[in-house]
Amino acid sequence: MCGIAGVVGFDGELVAPELLRRMIDVIGHRGPDASGVYTDDPVGAGGSVGLAHARLSIIDLSGGQQPMPNGDRSLWITFNGEIFNYVELREDLIRKGYKFATHSDTEVILHMYEDKGEECVRHFNGQWAFAIWDAKRRRLFLSRDRAGVRPLFYAHQAGALVFASEIKSILAHPAVERGIDLEALDQVFTFWHAVPPRTMFKGICELPPGHSMSVEDGKVRVWPYWRLDYSHIHDRMSEEDCAGRLLELLSDATRIRLRSDVPVGAYLSGGLDSSVITALIKQCSGTRLKTFSVTFEDAEFDESIYQQEVIDFLGTDHQAVRCSSGDISSVFPDVIWHTEKPILRTAPAPLYLLSRLVHQHGYKVVLTGEGSDEFLGGYDIFKESKIRRFWAVNVDSRCRPLLLKRLYPYMQNLQAQSDAYLKAFFHVDAADLSNPFFSHLPRWELTARLKVFLSEAVKGEVRRADPYGEVKKLLPPEYPQWDGFSQAQHLEATGLLPGYILSSQGDRMAMAHSVEGRFPFLDYRVVEFAATIPPRLKMKVLNEKYILKRAAGGLVPPSVRTRPKQPYRAPDARSFFDPRTGKARHAYVDELLSRSRIEKDGLFNPLAVQNLVAKARKGQVIGAKDNMALVGILSTQLLVDQFVTNPERSTADAGN
Amino acid sequence: MPEIEQEMRQFIVDNFLFGDKETKFSNDDSFLDRGMIDSTGVLELVAFLEEKYGIKIKDNELVPENLDSISCLVRFIDRKSRATS
Repeated sequence: MCGIAGVVGFDGELVAPELLRRMIDVIGHRGPDASGVYTDDPVGAGGSVGLAHARLSIIDLSGGQQPMPNGDRSLWITFNGEIFNYVELREDLIRKGYKFATHSDTEVILHMYEDKGEECVRHFNGQWAFAIWDAKRRRLFLSRDRAGVRPLFYAHQAGALVFASEIKSILAHPAVERGIDLEALDQVFTFWHAVPPRTMFKGICELPPGHSMSVEDGKVRVWPYWRLDYSHIHDRMSEEDCAGRLLELLSDATRIRLRSDVPVGAYLSGGLDSSVITALIKQCSGTRLKTFSVTFEDAEFDESIYQQEVIDFLGTDHQAVRCSSGDISSVFPDVIWHTEKPILRTAPAPLYLLSRLVHQHGYKVVLTGEGSDEFLGGYDIFKESKIRRFWAVNVDSRCRPLLLKRLYPYMQNLQAQSDAYLKAFFHVDAADLSNPFFSHLPRWELTARLKVFLSEAVKGEVRRADPYGEVKKLLPPEYPQWDGFSQAQHLEATGLLPGYILSSQGDRMAMAHSVEGRFPFLDYRVVEFAATIPPRLKMKVLNEKYILKRAAGGLVPPSVRTRPKQPYRAPDARSFFDPRTGKARHAYVDELLSRSRIEKDGLFNPLAVQNLVAKARKGQVIGAKDNMALVGILSTQLLVDQFVTNPERSTADAGN
Repeated sequence: MPEIEQEMRQFIVDNFLFGDKETKFSNDDSFLDRGMIDSTGVLELVAFLEEKYGIKIKDNELVPENLDSISCLVRFIDRKSRATS
């Protein structure tokens, strides 16, 4: 796994190697093993194009240096990620007469591009972000994997196209503007993430998952090469066939994700998905598997009992890191330095500690269970939506809303509610059934309430913003014909998955400590097959991930299969304020939330923030909305501080 | 009565609107419809009423008809206070 960056100058301005080195050094954490730069000028004074690479050596340790040229040096690539089926693609290419100088997957991409052009990406099974400079055509080709595992950002500013794995690298270019995109803030306070291509930074775009891009003659073109499609559900698929095929695909997805020249470990949460992956790895590999987990000091969040059951059952060599509230507050500024966007929950912070543990044990690669909840129907939001849909068909039913009690058994505040209030919170209206966002309205409406904390100036700026409209524009034309369950899955898989789970909780937390995550559930063959499984087999009545349990349940301890799903969460407001003393756990919390600082930065309403902080000091921030508000405001303030107001931090981090 | 109304309004503004006096709401506006209250908010409100007015609220009284606007709250507290005194 690695970091990439590069510049294409349009107005005859030269790209200096020093600039490329500065850009790649800022994201040195992504690839501490080696780095390199290329410019299309043999003298070395700079050229109109430059590529840079920071390497984390995983495959072909001695031969995979980048930027890498093809045989006649007419193509140069900088690549972050893995093409897991490179072994098979390489054999095909050799049969066609291509010569290989290395055993890396990087060289396979180059020859695939020579062979198939831009369409090459359709043949890749993997997780990637890369740029290829085609010197003959004077054209840069960039691409990002289907699910959005590896990041890629770009800015088309100041007579240049600047791209990189992380925004901080783009900001290291002196001509790129540093400013917060207020509409993105409005979207984060609705969906938990900005709607791509928008990012939190003005003028800096994200290449969306499943998209490629070209830069030629000063023109930038972006297009999708793949998308998720729920139009071909196999209604008559039998349970047995479905389970058999799923297990076969998952096993192969796991097998090819073990391709590595360094040892591979696994994350173990104690839940079904990571347990299944761990069991599948064990079937492929003879050596004792190393597993890693987070445990919590706070019993409300701790799953170590279940983790221990899986460890005993599968006999792994396990390491755990114990996370306290103080730990979360202590690493939170670093966490935001890496997420490069506000977060509404602290859940990424423990994963930052976890990747540190993996790094300390000398591991660079871990397999995890991400993607299962999205594609096989695990999330509570699918269950909630199913109940609300069932109820909306007969709004006057007295019995139907009683099912709401079956939701969120771990949320005590909700369980204490009367039926009348439950009905009000999950309100349905027969007319809502035709709303394309039916499943997500309660979550988005709850999150949007955080906007009460925005300053009057920001409220004014975003008054005309239309966040739902932005998402609507991205929906595929067939979307209205899909069933409600598939629609909900699509929203989750194209929204929160790349926008938060794979980025703020995924790539950015793992790469902060030079650890690469690999995700068998995100193998495109698994994803495409899952999109054909009838919803009734994904959630049987209200039994989530039923088909996965049927397919792989025998591989894990029975309790992991049968216990109710517990979402991964971490303490929020109480991580920052100790309710026993009423004090902030670290000085930065007081400073960034102080009245003067909030006024100066101008994004939030100083009075509202003061009242929220007062509540947090008393330990009275207990609800979802207040917790999200506190974490969201603090993380936004950290973002502004680190990237806009005091950007010298970027220079300080270089070379880490 | 106006005193209770004022106290309720203060509590709602401080705890659910975080002091944002710009958000105007009438005594009959539904907290639910206006997006001012969530499940935790209901429990916070109940804890406040029990402590402030020395009343005990039963489970079957935890319904929007009693708690979902300033007017509802004023009537509910009045009724409860009479019952206990």
